[in-house]
Amino acid sequence: MTTLIQRPTSHRLEQQQEDRQKVPVHSHHPDVRLFGLTVFLVADGMTFAGFFAAYLTYRAVNPLPVNAEYELELLLPAVNTLLLLASSLTFHRGSKVLMAGSMSTCRSWLLLTAALGVAFMAGQMWEYFHLPFGLTDNLFASTFYALTGFHGLHVTLGAMMILIVWWQAGTEGRFTAENHFGFAAAELYWHFVDGVWVVLFALLYLL
Amino acid sequence: MTTNALPASPHPVEVQHHTPWHEYFGFSLDHKVIGIQYLVTGFFFYLVGGALAGMIRVELVTPLSDFMARDTYNQVLTLHGTIMIFLWIVPVVNGAFGNYLVPFYVGARDMAFPRLNAVAFWMLPPAGFLLMSSYFVGGAAQSGWTAYPPLSITTPAVGQVVWIISVLLLGGSSIFGAVNFIATILKLRQPGLDLFQLPMFCWAMLGTSVLVVLATPVLAGALILLSMDIVAGTGFFNPALGGNAVVYQHLFWFYSHPAVYIMVLPAFGLVSEILPIHARKPLFGYRSMIYSILGIVFLGLIVWAHHMFTSGTPPWMRLFFTIATAIIAVPTGIKFFNWLATLWQGKLALNSALLFCCGFIFNFVFGGITGVALAQVPFDVHVHDTYFVVAHFHYIVFGGTVFVIFAAIYHWFPKISGRLLNEHLGRLHCLLSFIGFNVCFFPQHWLGLNGMPRRVAEYDPQFQLINQISSVGALILAISTLPFLVNVFLSMWKGVPAGDNPWRACTAEWLTSSPPPVENWLHEAPLVTEPYDYGSTEDAMSVTTVRGRDLWSAGR
Repeated sequence: MTTLIQRPTSHRLEQQQEDRQKVPVHSHHPDVRLFGLTVFLVADGMTFAGFFAAYLTYRAVNPLPVNAEYELELLLPAVNTLLLLASSLTFHRGSKVLMAGSMSTCRSWLLLTAALGVAFMAGQMWEYFHLPFGLTDNLFASTFYALTGFHGLHVTLGAMMILIVWWQAGTEGRFTAENHFGFAAAELYWHFVDGVWVVLFALLYLL
Repeated sequence: MTTNALPASPHPVEVQHHTPWHEYFGFSLDHKVIGIQYLVTGFFFYLVGGALAGMIRVELVTPLSDFMARDTYNQVLTLHGTIMIFLWIVPVVNGAFGNYLVPFYVGARDMAFPRLNAVAFWMLPPAGFLLMSSYFVGGAAQSGWTAYPPLSITTPAVGQVVWIISVLLLGGSSIFGAVNFIATILKLRQPGLDLFQLPMFCWAMLGTSVLVVLATPVLAGALILLSMDIVAGTGFFNPALGGNAVVYQHLFWFYSHPAVYIMVLPAFGLVSEILPIHARKPLFGYRSMIYSILGIVFLGLIVWAHHMFTSGTPPWMRLFFTIATAIIAVPTGIKFFNWLATLWQGKLALNSALLFCCGFIFNFVFGGITGVALAQVPFDVHVHDTYFVVAHFHYIVFGGTVFVIFAAIYHWFPKISGRLLNEHLGRLHCLLSFIGFNVCFFPQHWLGLNGMPRRVAEYDPQFQLINQISSVGALILAISTLPFLVNVFLSMWKGVPAGDNPWRACTAEWLTSSPPPVENWLHEAPLVTEPYDYGSTEDAMSVTTVRGRDLWSAGR
């Protein structure tokens, strides 16, 4: 007869009885907050995916009345797209500078990023006020406002996050090259919002 | 020569209660407290939803709507469905048992994000009370738990909007929970604990959480568009304004079919934990169980349109979704054969936990068979929107998941409270539940096949007898809850002290005191790499009770 499987569990209960009197062992686990945020952004992305799927289905099976056909102006949204892409780059520059340890330059990049986001929102507002259709005019109009509105909400939240991070970065030692979760979270979220816009722009304006 | 006796149950000690009662009403960050908060809140809503079901069955005793007005009946059935799904089953199998068990199984002191966890729980009671309050302010929603437009657009708006807000809150809570589970299972495992050494419940929760993350946001999107249709006058789903009601159905079922798996996959996981312990045998086919879960997750995302065969779906779509739905029976079948093989010639302890699991296997297999039948277009078109679908669905979620919830309560109550539940009352509960459930729902198959539509307060008098039989079953079901409630309250007060490990189990939640201390173990977390190591003691070495691997290694 040979040895059966070694069972690591057999002695544990006795050990636990002994441990009853001891103080609890505290352990620290690795920081998984960015991973959690990534999972949440997958979920957020699925909301957009649902909207996009609905929009594409409408395009395929629900023809608009003839008088509702409208060619969207491309110049402003194209400039807006460039603004948003540029803001992703400036945020990225900011994080590079943060890694190098230069906080004041980093804050300037953050402010520039927020400014680009606000400029994007201003452009969206201008477009909203100059479009010849309203929310309830037809199916395309409703979908257009729902999609851009939902995305605009994300941009607004993102810009607020950037400003908060900018404000926090004013405190000495709040963010360091090793420890800067709030900064990294805002950056990840901002890149996500930009990425969604690129898809949205392609579907709504170019398709 | 080493022996490997199972951990002996230490001499029962008097229960020392650790958690002060008021912590259960506060913003606690302890995963065990949050799990119990989910369980008790869910059970409260189960009683509410059950009372609503009772009203439905009372109304259907006679063919005329003489117990309540027809629009009240619509509100009652809508509230019943929504409460049972979003406030009882989903929060309890995911939130309660997931939160209580997953940190133990991965060897962690808590979930990855304890604060998010507490936030997710505390979204639940406001959402539930908001939903119920809608009945008292202008009437609850009347369009069923599916809220199909144009019905949901044309019925009174206030109730429907409150319903949408409430479901959005519950969906958000569910997503936060899922983010937590994915991070905990993938990132917080103890060093040295491989993914393929985890107890099956962790895999079930991982699969479920992936479904929640991918599918729930789509429902949220659909409900946002629906609320715009109701409030702002857009026409996304309103054919009168150029919209398309079927798009809502697609978006809704893209969530709500996976939702069935969100409700049963954790139950599958719980059964996989309970059966090996009470059968004293390793879980049969560990790897195939995992691959089945992954298969169900993947297939579960691509079968949604089998709910829509009568919604003008084109033939290619019908063909695809019929085939995909039929295929999903394969991984599900693998799991059931594995459970039967786990039971086969085990040293069964026929206690309440195991009996409820056996009830689950019986009921769910029956519901699964009618499910495969419903996937076939010619049959589905015949019984669509009839009581056949109601019966099928209840065999899955009640006969399936709710039976497992009770099995899990009997199994883990000693861990949670430090005391055993009374077995006599438990078996009485199980017997009454099984009889009541089958008397209530089995006849509904016949009603559906003979053409009685669902969601109606009045019906053809020829169906009266069968409806009365079904209502008697519902009464037995209601009565079956009494021995359970008595049992829980009596046992909490005066139950037999259970000791740390009354079932002589191997998994990590039993390798600590009952109830466990705040951070789960006073010493280092135990590393459990063989969670199902039962029946491999030397005296139990026989062909029928040991894994092949042990026999091979013993023979050499």
